[in-house]
Amino acid sequence: MKKFLQGNEACALGAIYAGCRFYAGYPITPSSEIMERMAVELPKVDGVFIQMEDEIASMGAVVGAAWAGAKAMTATSGPGLTLMLENIGYAIMTETPCVVVDIQRAGPSTGQATKPASGDIMQVRWGASGDYEIIALSPWSVTEMYEMTIQAFNLSETYRLPVFLMADEAVGHLRESAILSKDISVIPRSGKTDLPPFGNPQDNSVTPMPAFGQGRKLSVTGSTHDHWGYRKTQSPEVQAKSVSRFCNKILQHLGKICSYEKYFVSEDTEILVIAYGFTARSALKAVEVARQKSIKAGLIRLKTLWPFPYMLFHPECFGTSNISKIIVPEMNQGQIIREVQRVADRDVFSYNKSDGTVITALEIIEKIEQI
Amino acid sequence: MILDKYLRSEVFPTPFCQGCGHGILMQAILRAVDESASDGIDIDKMAFVSGIGCAAWIPSPHFAADTLHTTHGRPIAFATGIKLVNPSLKVVVVSGDGDLSAIGGNHLIHSARRNLELTVICANNSIYGMTGGQVAPTTPCGIKTATTQQGSTEPPFDLCRLVWGAGATYIARSTVYHIRELIKYLKNAFLHQGFSFIDVISPCYTHFGRRNPQRAGATPSEMVLNLKNIAIHAKSPQELFTFPSVGTLSPPSGRTCNQKDRILIGEFTTI
Amino acid sequence: MKEYSITIRDDLCKGCAICVEICPKNILAMSPESTVSGYLLAQIIEVKKCIGCMECELHCPDLAIEVIDKNEKVPAG
Repeated sequence: MKKFLQGNEACALGAIYAGCRFYAGYPITPSSEIMERMAVELPKVDGVFIQMEDEIASMGAVVGAAWAGAKAMTATSGPGLTLMLENIGYAIMTETPCVVVDIQRAGPSTGQATKPASGDIMQVRWGASGDYEIIALSPWSVTEMYEMTIQAFNLSETYRLPVFLMADEAVGHLRESAILSKDISVIPRSGKTDLPPFGNPQDNSVTPMPAFGQGRKLSVTGSTHDHWGYRKTQSPEVQAKSVSRFCNKILQHLGKICSYEKYFVSEDTEILVIAYGFTARSALKAVEVARQKSIKAGLIRLKTLWPFPYMLFHPECFGTSNISKIIVPEMNQGQIIREVQRVADRDVFSYNKSDGTVITALEIIEKIEQI
Repeated sequence: MILDKYLRSEVFPTPFCQGCGHGILMQAILRAVDESASDGIDIDKMAFVSGIGCAAWIPSPHFAADTLHTTHGRPIAFATGIKLVNPSLKVVVVSGDGDLSAIGGNHLIHSARRNLELTVICANNSIYGMTGGQVAPTTPCGIKTATTQQGSTEPPFDLCRLVWGAGATYIARSTVYHIRELIKYLKNAFLHQGFSFIDVISPCYTHFGRRNPQRAGATPSEMVLNLKNIAIHAKSPQELFTFPSVGTLSPPSGRTCNQKDRILIGEFTTI
Repeated sequence: MKEYSITIRDDLCKGCAICVEICPKNILAMSPESTVSGYLLAQIIEVKKCIGCMECELHCPDLAIEVIDKNEKVPAG
């Protein structure tokens, strides 16, 4: 189905399609349209919408809803995400599937509420306390606001963790013709099982998400716990095994989780642009223009920001290429570039912009020509 | 024992200190569940949600039920999500005074305002127990704590008045000494169709009593028995608003002063 | 006249003495010697005087006490 609509609205429709039946949120620009649309859509499908007293409570209610058996989500922007991180950490620790949408605006703090930025990439990665891996997706179009919201729910059900949809304001508020497919598969909430609620003792793999009211007498805690949910606050073994599960359930499935797109990336590519979100739209145009100017540029668009697709830079797919220079344009002072620099054995150049406006194709072309 | 079926026996003995009132409250809650069976209360259709602190350990992991031990101050938010998704569950929040009224005060007043059917049990020991005995919003004036060595100077919250102002529709206060009344109030709260709040005065000898033996009692048992002397039964619900605030000594000028550590107990709403 | 038996689980009792102080018939006392864990435990000295009021059981923070109606073999109260 093709429809002309806004990115934030597409996100809400994707959530409903994915089976989301609970939304708790707190108003914040530029994400509020998601909440407003969910308030309209959820009652139609016997779902529950509630506007909470703050973002901390919103995230708490989302986790509670997930344990009561519902697919649940919330949406916010950077300052709200800061508050949510407390209970996001809890969701990570209790392996609670849920979706958190962050429509990023210029910061720090209140910043510019209606202006785009990609300033929260590291906040979602490292914002909660302790050691863990997360999943964060970066849409570049209204169609992807829809599709990636569904994907976020699927990933959260598969790996039992909060999954982030990290759009910038420019994509959240973008209005364009979008395809709202009804053919995307949806992973349902797992049924009743007798497996331990927190990891399989055999191989420490993820076990199906149970629910309250099933008579299982679940013990769920944000303290370090064993496979059955009993607090083990003094055991080095249980602590190590828990962190290992939180990290390995993601790191061992990088190939399945990570996705990216290549444009003009071939044997001859010399300059590689790595971009995500709205910036990738400008970067694609820039690479197209560069090619017209006979500059051998290419683009890798990251659809998954976290886990970072380190395999991209594996010698097998990267080492023999002619790529000598990498440009990472970002609407921040350089966040994803740090990951690129960690693994890419090439000259890595940044193009940073934190003025609350999007990066244009022209700016990236200039950068390509400059290096 | 009659309560065995409601307990995860493998986690006993409790981690609570000698003479901790929270163990008595634990009993009271489970006895109220047991005595409410004929009213349709079934522990397999209950969810116990708690925050952080000693009180949060009352249900988690002791209760053989679905228990959600959440973040500090946030149990009511989690409970709201559970109740809205599965209204057939009886959702009960058990947490401490610091958890519910300091860091979680916003959630407390807003859930009272919403009047969602939740039972919130505040295990009120008037101090932060688990972290080492720091002053709480419920600590009476003059009480010495780890962070008020000369005695607390801030007037405390009266939590029943607070939730009344916020719109709670069942409000009661009792103590762990008055356990039979406490069980009655808990049963009334479980059956109440709306937001119910019970403030349960539950002594912490380790941190409150030892620092304030003259006022609180010199031993754990003395602290519990002292509740009999300081509690006054409300003659009518309206007395909540005329009774001097809980244990307020040396208040800032203009405040009513309750010099004798009197605690008003009873039901402050009609059921 | 009803007769009661009281059991106190030594593995649960922490020796807070609430039961000893609260008993209206003074039929409980603290043990003279401490356990390996350092507690003086509550013990029953005159069970025959028990009136089955349940005060000790109801106020035990460690759920260590049980009062049974001997004739009916059911909990007192």
